[in-house]
Amino acid sequence: MEFFLNRYRNLSILVAAILAQLVLLAYQVKTNGDVRLIRVWAVGAVTPLARWIETGRSGVSHFFSDYFVLLEVREDNKRMKAELDRIKIDNQYLRAELSTADRAQSLAIFQKQSPSKTVAAHIIGNTTGAGAKVVIIDRGSNSGIEPGMAVITPDGIAGKVTKVFAISSFILLVTDQTFAAGVISQNNRVHGTLKGQGYEGAAKIEHIQNEQKIDQGEWFYTSGDDRIFPKGLPVGEVTTVHQGKTEKEIYVSLSGFKNGLEEVLIIVEGVHMPIPDAPVTNQAVHLLAPPPADPDATPALQPSQTGPLSTDADRIKEHWRKVGEQQNHVYGERGNGAPNYNAPAKTEARPENKP
Amino acid sequence: MTGFSEYREPLRKERSSVFNVAVIIGISLLAILFRVYVSRFVPYLQYLELPLLVTVYFSLMWRSPIAGLLFGAAIGLAQDSLSHNPLGMFGIVKTLVGYFAASMSLRVDVGNPLLRLVLGFVFFFFHALLYWVLTRALLGQTLQLELVQVLVVAILNAIVAVFLYQFLDRLRITG
Repeated sequence: MEFFLNRYRNLSILVAAILAQLVLLAYQVKTNGDVRLIRVWAVGAVTPLARWIETGRSGVSHFFSDYFVLLEVREDNKRMKAELDRIKIDNQYLRAELSTADRAQSLAIFQKQSPSKTVAAHIIGNTTGAGAKVVIIDRGSNSGIEPGMAVITPDGIAGKVTKVFAISSFILLVTDQTFAAGVISQNNRVHGTLKGQGYEGAAKIEHIQNEQKIDQGEWFYTSGDDRIFPKGLPVGEVTTVHQGKTEKEIYVSLSGFKNGLEEVLIIVEGVHMPIPDAPVTNQAVHLLAPPPADPDATPALQPSQTGPLSTDADRIKEHWRKVGEQQNHVYGERGNGAPNYNAPAKTEARPENKP
Repeated sequence: MTGFSEYREPLRKERSSVFNVAVIIGISLLAILFRVYVSRFVPYLQYLELPLLVTVYFSLMWRSPIAGLLFGAAIGLAQDSLSHNPLGMFGIVKTLVGYFAASMSLRVDVGNPLLRLVLGFVFFFFHALLYWVLTRALLGQTLQLELVQVLVVAILNAIVAVFLYQFLDRLRITG
């Protein structure tokens, strides 16, 4: 035995090292547990470094952005009058401030408005797994984070917490192939399962039978069935829907990733919400008042002033009805012929537009 | 009669390189940190498997299978700790890579750039293939293996390896 070990020393140590790791793997897979100590060491060694680098990167990035802003100001000074320059600089500065503050502000506003209790976190790195969509955030058990908590952005769901350390946590993103969440469609209230596809921006909805109705452009929300995400959080809009063998093939564009993923919210205490009836609007859009009526336009194309008519077909029907009334014609009556459709219909007097 | 192994040991010791411990730890940490942090801002860099390249380099330069496999196991387990998967997946793969790279170094001139290119390619491909096999066999996960993509990424990693190894050569104390 001793001769064998001496003769094949390298090979023996290799076999021992592989066996030890196989046992470690088997233990983890069988008990569904984790060897926390090794992970804590590794995360403890890397997280502070990643934080310092992130701080350094932000500092350098701000320095360079300030530097270029100043360069721009100098060039402007050469070209334009001092008064105009000052206004431009102020304007530029405010714009830069707005753009940098925009994301954080929207997150803060959402955090205030959301009925769920959330904790904001910053993403500081990716994990090292091959093909895995898992990121590291700068919040851990010290901030009350626990495994299984839902992670969202103001635009939709982003992932869930899988591992928690003192000052950092791992987040399994919605795009990971192993991710799954319960979802419900907005219009037809069809339940399904959201599955990540391993690439950015899109995911698949599974377990929806061919007989069930899903429209393209329809929104999906979290259903709360998975006991991770509270009900009523936006998931995404259906981009593709096909009939499969027995189940529909549905792909959604994930709304949570729309504006990038730098800051996220972890739901510490979730509150279920109703599924909204109106389609999701991502930002407030200012709508102008309708234009004043054009008195020269042909009456057939003018929207009716009464009733809920809106389409051209409705307006043409209304025009023909008026033509019939003017010519004392009753539609559908036997032997009555047809009215003169080309005769202009008398329009009602319009109120004058006051300036 | 004198056996080959009796000549091999002094030859190995003569040719093996020595590095400062701080350099070894620093380079390993940087390689892992690169994987964790830099790939976040430049997504294409996630295909650069620096921990693997570093494992291959040190194993080749030390010319000791035991040192190679232990270093591979350590860096693999550290990589596992920062991944979502159970500990041991990268550990096993990199243990084997370290062992084979060190065994290879006993027979070839590891300073030749062309050979380093080939070894970088071969070990990257072996690493990707073995990881895929282990993920399917041990974890039951259906990880997709896109062969063309793996080959292209292996070539890119091999090219990076040539330049990286030239830089790391400057950090040697002896050898």
